Amino acid sequence: MAFDILEPGLSTTVQDQGRIGYYRFGIPQGGSMDQYSATLANRLVGNTAREAVLECTYIGPKLVTTSDAVIAVTGAPVDVFVNGELVPEYERLELLAGDELKFGVIKGGTKYFIAVHGGIDVPEVLGSRSTYPIGAIGGVEGRALAAGDLVPVGAAIDNGLPVLQSIEVDDRPAFSKDVTVRVMLGLYDHLLSHAGLDSLLNSEWILTPVADRMGLRYSGPGVEWKEREQPFGAGQDPSNIVDAGYAVGSIQIPGGTQPIILHRDAVSGGGYAMVATVISADMDLVARCSPGTKTHFVAVTMEQALAARRANTVQAARIWS
Amino acid sequence: MAWNHADQSDESELMSHQIISPLPGIFYRKPGPGKEPYVNEGDMISAGQTIGLVEIMKQFSEVRAEFDGVLEKFEIDDFGVVNPGDVIAITS
Repeated sequence: MAFDILEPGLSTTVQDQGRIGYYRFGIPQGGSMDQYSATLANRLVGNTAREAVLECTYIGPKLVTTSDAVIAVTGAPVDVFVNGELVPEYERLELLAGDELKFGVIKGGTKYFIAVHGGIDVPEVLGSRSTYPIGAIGGVEGRALAAGDLVPVGAAIDNGLPVLQSIEVDDRPAFSKDVTVRVMLGLYDHLLSHAGLDSLLNSEWILTPVADRMGLRYSGPGVEWKEREQPFGAGQDPSNIVDAGYAVGSIQIPGGTQPIILHRDAVSGGGYAMVATVISADMDLVARCSPGTKTHFVAVTMEQALAARRANTVQAARIWS
Repeated sequence: MAWNHADQSDESELMSHQIISPLPGIFYRKPGPGKEPYVNEGDMISAGQTIGLVEIMKQFSEVRAEFDGVLEKFEIDDFGVVNPGDVIAITS
């Protein structure tokens, strides 16, 4: 059983919960950029949260299923068509062998997800099926889908299909063009001047089109750094530090002009000061933002960050109950 | 990518088509700096012909016409920002 890819879309990749445990070797965690949306799709088709899905970016694939398949599409709002007929998103769909799935123009957000009962069954690499194109590992031959690919679908899962047919509107993620992203300051916020820190936290930052699985770049007023003599081993720009590990979600501001949030496929270290880090609970939110989104960064404490993570876990548990 | 939609909102313009961007990003009318535009207003175009590029995620995607006709008007300037569903050009 497989999906026959007629058109691949802009950048359709196999993703799952990520490749955890190899970051110290420079292998990023990867995985679905919007984990919550991906898990909703898996939930609808009777998978566990672990099964791999197809992550579609702006333009989805056109594909034909070679066997009967149970699928669901979740994430960014988009028209879904089966054999040219409009069908609902956030709902379980039963395809027959030979049925064609395609998509309209995306109406917000950036990514939508296709889950299939049995999961996308590419080989695991370092414990994950996630595609990491820069490292050419995971997914289909370590790359985004191409026309002519036959993407394997796994065998049926014993527990069958859930009673749940569709996701309630209240449980669906929002796709706003105006968001507040919670961050924890550090590790290098002390390099910003008072005015620089004020600018980071109290300005409006606009997401530019320079945004992908590695990072998202924002335009805004820029920030100001304290004057200091650069230490040995750091570059000459005040945004440079002696190389250090990058936490997932780190915000760096090369040259002090355009902040970049490092996301799931980002490098694991480098020489830019990380002035703040997006809390894990808001990484899906960042991934849902499309270019032009007005973004405010608000600083929270570790306790608040952990409470937000617990709230997300409770919401996810509600979906699986 | 070719996402033309027949514009049937006005009977008299039944033959006009919109070329829609399926992507957000930056729209370019030229294949590169110092190059001639792919097409100018008033030019004849044929189905499948590239009329510009949209840059997103370090990728350049060609915007193509789906029908033969005349490119009447660009609705987005060179280097302009587009969102999915925006009309890039009108053809007749």
